[in-house]
Amino acid sequence: MVADPQQVLPGTPLPHSTAQVGHSFTSASRSADIRPDPLTVGEMKRMRGADLKKRFRWDEFLSEIIITVVAFVSLAAIVGIFVFVFREAMPIFLVPSIDATVAAPPEAQETYGNEQIGDAARRVSGSDRSRTAEGSGSEGESTLANFLGTTWAPVSMDPRYGIIPLVVGSIKVTLLAVCIAGPVAILAALFTSSFAPRWSKEILKPAIEILAGFPSVVIGFFALVVLATLLQDLFGYKFRLNAFLGGVAMSLAVIPIIFTVAEDALAAVPKFMTEASLALGATKWQTALFVKLPAATPGVFAALLLGFGRAFGETMIVLMATGNAAMLSFNMLEPVRTMSATIGAEMAEVVFGDTHYNVLFMLGAILFLFTFVLNAVAEVFIRQRLLKRFRGG
Amino acid sequence: MSLRKKLLGTSVVTLSALAAFLIITVVILVMGTIIVGGKDAFTWEFLTSAPREGMTEGGIFPAIVGTALLVVIMSIVGVPIGTITAVYLSEYASSRSILARSIRFAVNTLAGVPAIVFGLFGLGFFVQFVGSGMDKVLTDSTDLRWAQPNILWASLTMALLTLPVVIVSVEEAIKTVPAELRAASLALGATKWQTIVKIVIPNSITGILTGAILAVSRGAGEVAPILFTGAAYFLPHLPGSLSDQFMELGYHVYIMSTQSTNVDATRGIQYATTLVLLLLTFLLNFSAIFLRSRLRARQIT
Repeated sequence: MVADPQQVLPGTPLPHSTAQVGHSFTSASRSADIRPDPLTVGEMKRMRGADLKKRFRWDEFLSEIIITVVAFVSLAAIVGIFVFVFREAMPIFLVPSIDATVAAPPEAQETYGNEQIGDAARRVSGSDRSRTAEGSGSEGESTLANFLGTTWAPVSMDPRYGIIPLVVGSIKVTLLAVCIAGPVAILAALFTSSFAPRWSKEILKPAIEILAGFPSVVIGFFALVVLATLLQDLFGYKFRLNAFLGGVAMSLAVIPIIFTVAEDALAAVPKFMTEASLALGATKWQTALFVKLPAATPGVFAALLLGFGRAFGETMIVLMATGNAAMLSFNMLEPVRTMSATIGAEMAEVVFGDTHYNVLFMLGAILFLFTFVLNAVAEVFIRQRLLKRFRGG
Repeated sequence: MSLRKKLLGTSVVTLSALAAFLIITVVILVMGTIIVGGKDAFTWEFLTSAPREGMTEGGIFPAIVGTALLVVIMSIVGVPIGTITAVYLSEYASSRSILARSIRFAVNTLAGVPAIVFGLFGLGFFVQFVGSGMDKVLTDSTDLRWAQPNILWASLTMALLTLPVVIVSVEEAIKTVPAELRAASLALGATKWQTIVKIVIPNSITGILTGAILAVSRGAGEVAPILFTGAAYFLPHLPGSLSDQFMELGYHVYIMSTQSTNVDATRGIQYATTLVLLLLTFLLNFSAIFLRSRLRARQIT
């Protein structure tokens, strides 16, 4: 609004012209408070029309469109992963019988593995031979039934794509990794959030960051070269590379993720809870154990789930440290082959479009679905419960 | 307080301190063994020469170049996409809209997808789908040019893998740009797009840089996605075009320690290659942590 001339003291000069002031003095004293110059109103209206109304701008419009489209890349990627991994995996449900005639040369069997497998590899190829001899009459069997079998021997005269040993292998290594990493990481998180003096926090936090930054191939290499010998000397078991070693090595990769999420959850426990507990006379450790930890349980559970998902999909560590023998066994000290390691080791050598190729994609699809569900549960369900709990819902 | 309770308390504190100590020890142990094992072979000549004698001697120069090319192409693609997604999420989308929520969910999911599944996607989508499509359109002959693993497909796969890292980092930085700055810009008559380009992006450049560095560190360390989208066992030449395969540090460590003809004889090379990889990711991560701490300091003041 233009300044009302009546409110201006007579002696003060207005920023406009003095003639206007003289004019308004005579007329404005009788009429309404606001009676601006008609010309000024017209100018104002024109100015309003020019500046205050939202004008359509091509650059604004285009930039918004482009930004929105680019933002959809992540969404498209998830959908794309889903579609393309399943697309390549689909034929195993469609083709009625396995193509026994397309069998890759048998010497490809263990080329990707490690020399150290020794007995295990020989045992597996031995069992292959015996099974091939007895199972030659099973050509009419459906791919799906083959897929759910208990023998994984894709490169033989009568290829077997039973994924059960691989699933069991993945679960063995993953469970062990979470069983080791879980307690260590959660206790360490409890330490940093409750007991740790400042200086020790400043060592532990960077240590965790470094551990999280280790490429998995470095951990795999460490496990293969150093840890394998160390653990074998310590426990004196038969196979140098086995599920136990894989689990121990994997726990190194899982500790940072469990620690970070669990520590976040513990730090998010409201201060009034801990302070009320301390005020009632509870000690520091009682508060940590009986107030903080229970309050942060959903978060800690989410941490374990995320750790499980990470370990289940991890490839390089298991590829290097577990011995890669696909045998169905529940013994932790025997070599094992996981789903991820199978994809990593065999995908480079398969014929595109072959049943073996499709089955490897199916393994990938299972990995994807499994981690997807785990993450979704950890992300949506538990975080919401955590929030509700802290807000008193 | 009873003795039993005291005992419980002491054991809780001791155990948790032990767990923290164990983690620190393991980190030092891993780094120590790799430094000790690799320091003898870690020479200038090792870094700048190609493998010789069937990879039992010589250096890792092609692997270093391959890794550098991989992360550069990856960043050129991934960092702008990640930044723009972060801008969309924080500036354009209302946090309650279904679109924004589903994009956020996709980013979180993408961060949890196993690396090997990215590799499968790279093979199924880039190599098999886009690559053979390009071959059909671009070339008349039947020989494969794009429909096979190469450095472009590996880099694009890696760009997708590292996308969440960039997005999270940039979004965090954009949040630290004060609302007053934005309001001042808008009040002066700048449009939304002008405000984003002139105010929001320049003020969150640290975050973009942090995201890029973290992405590079992650990309340099991951091996699973490139196992069958472009990495090669051994190449006599450096990659000359986007449709060439390449050698890579992490992949080199993997094949040298599991598949080379004489694993024990090349132990020194394996250690030194691992050391190079470790130093690389270590330096990258620490510069990212440093940048981020500066960013957080600004957030507080």
